[in-house]
Amino acid sequence: MLVEEIMKTEVITLPPTATIQQALDLLNQHKIRHIPIIDKENHVIGIVSDRDVRDASPSIFESDEGSNNLQHEIQSIMSHPVITIHPLDFVEEIAKIFYDKEIACLPVVREGNRLVGIVTEKDMLYTMIQLTGTHVQGSHIEIKVPHRPGILPEVTAIFGKRKTNIVSVLVYPSKDDPEYKILVFRIQTMNPLPVIEDLREAGYELLAPNHTAGPLK
Amino acid sequence: MSPCNAKYVFSTDLLHYHFHEDHPFNQKRVLLATELLKQAGTLIENNIIPPRKATETEIKLFHDHAYVEAVKQASKYMLPEQTAVEYGLGTEDTPIFSGMHEASSYLVGGSLAAVDEVLSGRATHALNLGGGLHHGFKRKASGFCIYNDGAIAIRYIREAYNLRVLYVDTDAHHGDGVQWAFYDDPNVCTFSIHETGRYLFPGTGNVNERGIKEGHGYTFNLPIDAFTEDDSFLDAYTTALTKIAAFFKPDIIVTQNGADAHCYDPLTHLCSTMKIYEQIPLLAHKLAHEYCNGKWVALGGGGYDMWRVVPRAWAQIWNVMYQGQPLSGELPAAWLDKYQKESPVRLPTHWEDDPSIVPVIPRREEISEKNSLALQQLLKYTVTPSNQT
Repeated sequence: MLVEEIMKTEVITLPPTATIQQALDLLNQHKIRHIPIIDKENHVIGIVSDRDVRDASPSIFESDEGSNNLQHEIQSIMSHPVITIHPLDFVEEIAKIFYDKEIACLPVVREGNRLVGIVTEKDMLYTMIQLTGTHVQGSHIEIKVPHRPGILPEVTAIFGKRKTNIVSVLVYPSKDDPEYKILVFRIQTMNPLPVIEDLREAGYELLAPNHTAGPLK
Repeated sequence: MSPCNAKYVFSTDLLHYHFHEDHPFNQKRVLLATELLKQAGTLIENNIIPPRKATETEIKLFHDHAYVEAVKQASKYMLPEQTAVEYGLGTEDTPIFSGMHEASSYLVGGSLAAVDEVLSGRATHALNLGGGLHHGFKRKASGFCIYNDGAIAIRYIREAYNLRVLYVDTDAHHGDGVQWAFYDDPNVCTFSIHETGRYLFPGTGNVNERGIKEGHGYTFNLPIDAFTEDDSFLDAYTTALTKIAAFFKPDIIVTQNGADAHCYDPLTHLCSTMKIYEQIPLLAHKLAHEYCNGKWVALGGGGYDMWRVVPRAWAQIWNVMYQGQPLSGELPAAWLDKYQKESPVRLPTHWEDDPSIVPVIPRREEISEKNSLALQQLLKYTVTPSNQT
């Protein structure tokens, strides 16, 4: 999945000469947490977060009469240089940037730093939800399989035979055994029993909670 | 509690909702429960009213015109396959069968007949075991459910009688269709206790699903862990429902009584016994009298061990409605004699289960602890400034 598929293209921005007060108002008004700072050519030159603005604001315990902290220009507190991404980057790659850099917002730029969109941590999480398929109705099945070529089509053929629609597939390494992988399927059925039976018959190991289905049921 | 005036919806019209022989959803359960009650002597002809066939206008209180038309076409095998799939019809879960529109209309009509009995004052409580098809969506069949009789009945109550409805869903699967139907409606409070959606269909019903807009705070979900046993289930159910009823103060209670949380049920992973199926209707009954002048409509639902579990579990709802108490002791010999021949498994001989049927669950403590944490999360929304003490 590409960044251009998940990015928001209507971005709320400010020029570097705007005041901190203006930034505060925008953050509150739009319920957002980041504002890219752009120059006249729409190039990203900095970014401010709600935390930057809060740090620059007077404490609620102090009388702020006469204080003009909020009238400073935003460029005095903005972060720069800014980590940016491109519309053709992969979503899974930028997840790593969020994690490694401990940030929560990435401006998307093209041709010499021109702002075209924005991706936040929240957009990333929403994408994760889509990828796991938990937003649509389904039953969940986990299978432990040997880590070898051709195993995925072997398993999915069993779902195909039963005309069971697969909503999502995840593959991750078995924690205690590097020779094995765990396949996680979400399938669109309320009655996964025929598929489970077929999988067992084919010799696959089912994981919780269906691994107990034998003696328990 | 003294006996109440109750009505039982039944006729063979309820038994035609039948996908095929191998399908886990089998309406013969309704017949088995009815026969069990008759043999036990708690159900007599005077108590029984027939379901009516719901009109299309009534079905469209919840479902889209286009969807109802599609079901009617499918009923005559005249719906193109691709269109059928778009409406959730013709799948492994909800296969097409001849006359499916008519058969489904009777299930809906059964629930509407139950509502009319109670709201006309002819009965205090009414039971339609043929209903409770809680997964049906506005324009999509899902999870064995074609028309969502519960959602239609609640719309009907709202439009014809303008009462505030508390919907209680104890099926092991999340009551998603009814929940989403009233997600923004503050006059319909839904409460579903179910096995967590981590593994089980439909996957929704997290405790943080609370409703939206005006309806925020009027949707309650209590997902409980796989392998939950009686005590933890009952603790969670009793506390949650008591508090929710006190918070919402309904005018009428509608319960969906799926019987698939039992340890014998093949489709779910919960580990209850018949004990919960005695307590579930007892509490609903008590709260209906406390808040609603007794007004209580109960529906059936899931339940896939049709021989050993469902007839007893459902019969107890009626026993509670009719005589205020569940039955105990031996099951009627005539019923056992008649149906043991047909049953592929040995039928239980008593109303209660032997506790030894529940396997030993090694993580019992952790599971109970997790359930009570979920309960605490749910309870946060049952406290309003006015009833906070």
